[in-house]
Amino acid sequence: MTWILFLEQCLNGLQFGLMLFLLVAGLTLIFGIMDLINLAHGSLYMIGAYLVATFTQATGSFLLAVPLGLAATAVIGMVVEATVLRGLYKRDHLSQVLATFALILIANESTRAIWGLQALTLNVPEALSGSVELLPGLHYSAFRLAIIIVGLLVAAGLYFLVVRTRIGMLVRAGASNRQMATAMGTNIKWLFTAVFGAGAALCALAGAMLSPLLVVQVGMGESILILAFVTVVIGGIGSMRGAFIGALLVGIVDTFGRAFIPPLLRTILPPALADAAGPSLAAISIYLLMVIVLFWKPQGLFPAGS
Amino acid sequence: MAWLIRHGWLIAACLFALAFPMLATAVGQDFYISVASRVLIWGLLATSLNLLVGTGGMVSMGHAAFFGFGAYVVGIVALDAPQWSAAPVVLPLAIVATGILAFVIGAICLRTRGVYFIMITLAFAQMLFYIFVSLKGYGGDDGLPLAKRSPLGTLKMADDTVFYYVVLALLALCLVFLARLRDSRFGRVLRGIKDNEVRMESLGYATLRFKLTAFVIAGAMAGLAGALMANQNGFVSPNMLHWDLSGTALVMVILGGLGSLWGGLAGAVVFMVLEEVLTSFTSHWQIILGLILLGVVFFAPKGIAGLFARKAR
Repeated sequence: MTWILFLEQCLNGLQFGLMLFLLVAGLTLIFGIMDLINLAHGSLYMIGAYLVATFTQATGSFLLAVPLGLAATAVIGMVVEATVLRGLYKRDHLSQVLATFALILIANESTRAIWGLQALTLNVPEALSGSVELLPGLHYSAFRLAIIIVGLLVAAGLYFLVVRTRIGMLVRAGASNRQMATAMGTNIKWLFTAVFGAGAALCALAGAMLSPLLVVQVGMGESILILAFVTVVIGGIGSMRGAFIGALLVGIVDTFGRAFIPPLLRTILPPALADAAGPSLAAISIYLLMVIVLFWKPQGLFPAGS
Repeated sequence: MAWLIRHGWLIAACLFALAFPMLATAVGQDFYISVASRVLIWGLLATSLNLLVGTGGMVSMGHAAFFGFGAYVVGIVALDAPQWSAAPVVLPLAIVATGILAFVIGAICLRTRGVYFIMITLAFAQMLFYIFVSLKGYGGDDGLPLAKRSPLGTLKMADDTVFYYVVLALLALCLVFLARLRDSRFGRVLRGIKDNEVRMESLGYATLRFKLTAFVIAGAMAGLAGALMANQNGFVSPNMLHWDLSGTALVMVILGGLGSLWGGLAGAVVFMVLEEVLTSFTSHWQIILGLILLGVVFFAPKGIAGLFARKAR
């Protein structure tokens, strides 16, 4: 029975980590190539979730809504990049923090103005609402399984794109040495608009896949943004491999922390103390992970360009 | 006379701050006295962060940790050791305790730099946030109400006007201290480290020690701000440690002017006044605030202090 629980938590951790990877993939490239701290990355995730939820209600089909929402979010992302962010690349990190903080305010308040204060809820699509028996005794939600499959497919696709194609080569060149890539004739400007659009679409995909599990509400972007930045830093800024491994690590540590630390503490501490300390220790586990990683490797696990 | 003209703005601002409670009472808007106290406390927080970010070049996204910790010192003392809750005891206690916390966190965080420093300070603040959420004995998620403000001699601290002047006096003390600090050898070394740390190191300065000292001073000052805010609101909650607050303080500093002595205070005043004015126009005031902040980034990169400096020239 405990093995079943353990496997289930492994899958949950994998599922969470893969969704985190979708967010982090765009963030780390933007960070790595253009040296831009984009606090508004979480807002794209929120906008994507809202758009997919709205399209689902309008068309009645989740499957149809996802590509529509992705495309719309990518367009929004590219417009924001071309109008606002492009002016920030040459500026220092602090100006970027202030400007993208302003974008968060605008995005949150616009969302509130358009969709109202009420949080949206989205049901799991009919076809995936059941559960699948993966192993004898291990029933796992079909929708979560679908998230894992989508996440793995996207990760594989991104790997192929970044490692095996010409576009990917340009992206990697830009991430490890921007000036040299420009000198060799790469049009970093358009490359970056494209990367930003793709990053926005990935955000929307994560928002879409998670929206039936969470509530779609204003502020959802900021809570996950912190996790995404923690992941970027653990993995090493600008590294796709680091982003992938970092995301899985954060996903699994966070899930395991929540599932296993409280019961573990109850076996060694008096119950009252354990009940108080358990949840907070679980919540701080990923930050602890980050501090430990940075203590040993101040540049993250896989620094780009090394 | 030249001195008077050069410092005209400053003198006007000081006179306005001194006369504010009288003015507010005269127009029958007493309510704004406590708003003003809150603005000054935010100003103190932003000023302490400005020492770190503007003067020392250390961008911290975890300054709320010290603000909230200082507030909790007041809350916990009021609950567990009420005999120590007099302001002359509890405020220094908050300053020292927060300074020690800043020393420990700073000693670890200052091993990293740049973006990694931003993130590791954020991580520590988040950890503290979750720890205080889990302290059920001190209210946990719901926070901890205070019975009354920390007594100070025979002053009627419950009176908002009296409390306003106490805050104003402490803020003035801190500003004088920082003004002296900036021109001292310590301040010059710190600015040198911001501009070029390697050079300062090769000149023989133990840069880490200087940065850590600045981190502790900034942390302790934020702790004082937190202790005052706990008194102002009569309430302490984990939200005072939330990263939102670190972000807002950072925005105030950038808005006001990095590295300028008055930058933090100016940013806090402008931010809070904007918020107050815009809320009265529309419930969607955050859109306008966002657009204004974007405008500042693109058209006034040195903040409000930069605008004044340009005019003076």
